[in-house]
Amino acid sequence: MIKKIKTFAFYLSVVLLCIVPVSVFLWMFMTGLKSQADNLSIPPKIFFSPTLNNFKDVFGQGNFTKYLLNSSIVASLSVLVALLFGLPSSYAIAKYRMHKIGLVLLIARMVPFISYLIPWFIVFRSLHLIDTYVALVTTHLIITLPFVIWIMVNFFEGIPASLEEAARVDGCTIFQAFIRILLPSVRNGILTAGILSFIFSWNQFLFSLILSGSSTMTVPVAVFQFISYDEINWGGLAAAASVITIPPLIMTVFIQKYMIKGLTTGAVKG
Amino acid sequence: MDGKTKYGFTLPALILIGIIVLFPIIYNLFMSMNSWFVASGKGPEWIGLKNYINLLDNPRFWNSLKVTFIFSLGTLTVEVVLGTMLALFLNREFKGKSIVKLIFLFPIAATPVAVSLIWGMMFNYDLGIINIIMQNLGMEPLLWLASPKIVIPALIITDTWQWTPLILLIVLASLESLPTDPFESAKVDGANIFQVIYHITLPLVRPAIVVAAMIRSIDAIKTFDMIYVMTQGGPDVASENLNLYIFQTGFSYFRMGAASSLAIVLFTLVLVINILLSVIRKTGAK
Repeated sequence: MIKKIKTFAFYLSVVLLCIVPVSVFLWMFMTGLKSQADNLSIPPKIFFSPTLNNFKDVFGQGNFTKYLLNSSIVASLSVLVALLFGLPSSYAIAKYRMHKIGLVLLIARMVPFISYLIPWFIVFRSLHLIDTYVALVTTHLIITLPFVIWIMVNFFEGIPASLEEAARVDGCTIFQAFIRILLPSVRNGILTAGILSFIFSWNQFLFSLILSGSSTMTVPVAVFQFISYDEINWGGLAAAASVITIPPLIMTVFIQKYMIKGLTTGAVKG
Repeated sequence: MDGKTKYGFTLPALILIGIIVLFPIIYNLFMSMNSWFVASGKGPEWIGLKNYINLLDNPRFWNSLKVTFIFSLGTLTVEVVLGTMLALFLNREFKGKSIVKLIFLFPIAATPVAVSLIWGMMFNYDLGIINIIMQNLGMEPLLWLASPKIVIPALIITDTWQWTPLILLIVLASLESLPTDPFESAKVDGANIFQVIYHITLPLVRPAIVVAAMIRSIDAIKTFDMIYVMTQGGPDVASENLNLYIFQTGFSYFRMGAASSLAIVLFTLVLVINILLSVIRKTGAK
């Protein structure tokens, strides 16, 4: 009996604990689904007739779809380039234990983004590259490339050296062995590195705030701009916030097993 | 793989990192010894260490340092203590554990701008849910983001909501990988739960806690998005941390030299804190 009560108390506290993160997301979605009148009512309504008007407005009004596309393009490109350069190098770093490179990357992570932003702003301004994908992808690579290398070094260290040797004995060149044998054996790592860097790029605010403009604006900056002149339209703001938050949340589901490992490897190595 | 492939595999990435990462760092260092008001139309002018010397009697710099310090220490303390306690609490087998872990991953992945926007609404004086709940509990509503005194606690609450889960999950992962024997022999020896936690569990997960603290400290000291979206450093400069002050100096006042010198100070701060933490980690490992 006492054991049952204890178990019940434990589950009850776990549920209460989970309400803390969930309630904020729930409040965001609810505010997005409420009419303006419902959002201004005191006490706030828990039961209300949901409306999709705010979401329709977000997508209908101006360029939000374009900004979503911009964010997707910038994030995809900065992930792809990071994987292209990062995968071979992380294999070599793992194989030859070039840990000094890891240390350099750790220090690069400690440098404030603004230290990168000031020089790149000056360069892109004089090259007339402000408000281009080039400027955004270049700066987002500062985040994604070192990150991909950290994670992948860790995953490559986990596969046995005999794997490459066996492939070489079978007559593969090092390049073929890398593409056909080694990469498939670390696909969980590639998935983790790819998705986490996509999320970082998607969420990035500071670089995009300065280096994007009307044609390459990403969604976090667009949402921030809404605040400035639409402070009272909570429904619209919450709907926009929901739309940008949903993709990272969905992606999290796919890498839940590896996400924490992925987020900690860099620091552990240093 | 011979030497040729060794460098063939690493060089492209190293060159790219050299361009996108090392070049700006060196440029930043060089620019910090120049005076350059971008809007003037003139180029940078070499002034040596004058930007750094000027900081010494710049009250706004000292204020931003103070804000950075209070905010970082506040978030780090609350998040590490809370995260570790919750990890200890969740460290057992139960149904639905993987769903609970997934739920705690969500704040970590959520876009900081969106999170800050939502918390900004929840802290609203008239309509915010937080003041409404407080009034229902018979408390006075607070000004939160509009009050110079409570703005930093409000920001710490927001940061705690988003990042305690990271500490929780790192420590929990470490707890789950611990061997069971020391715990069983302690049970045999008749130790109570608090003795076990204090003498066995905590020393064993200490490296994970320090790693979690390192990761959080790097980001807490450099916090930008959340403060910029929620308060823009206000009211006045009450929540303006070093990173926001650099941003204003560089991109509102266009003083690139001064902004660069501030950025070097911020980097030094992050570096020193992390060296200290890694010393703690290494002495703990002995």
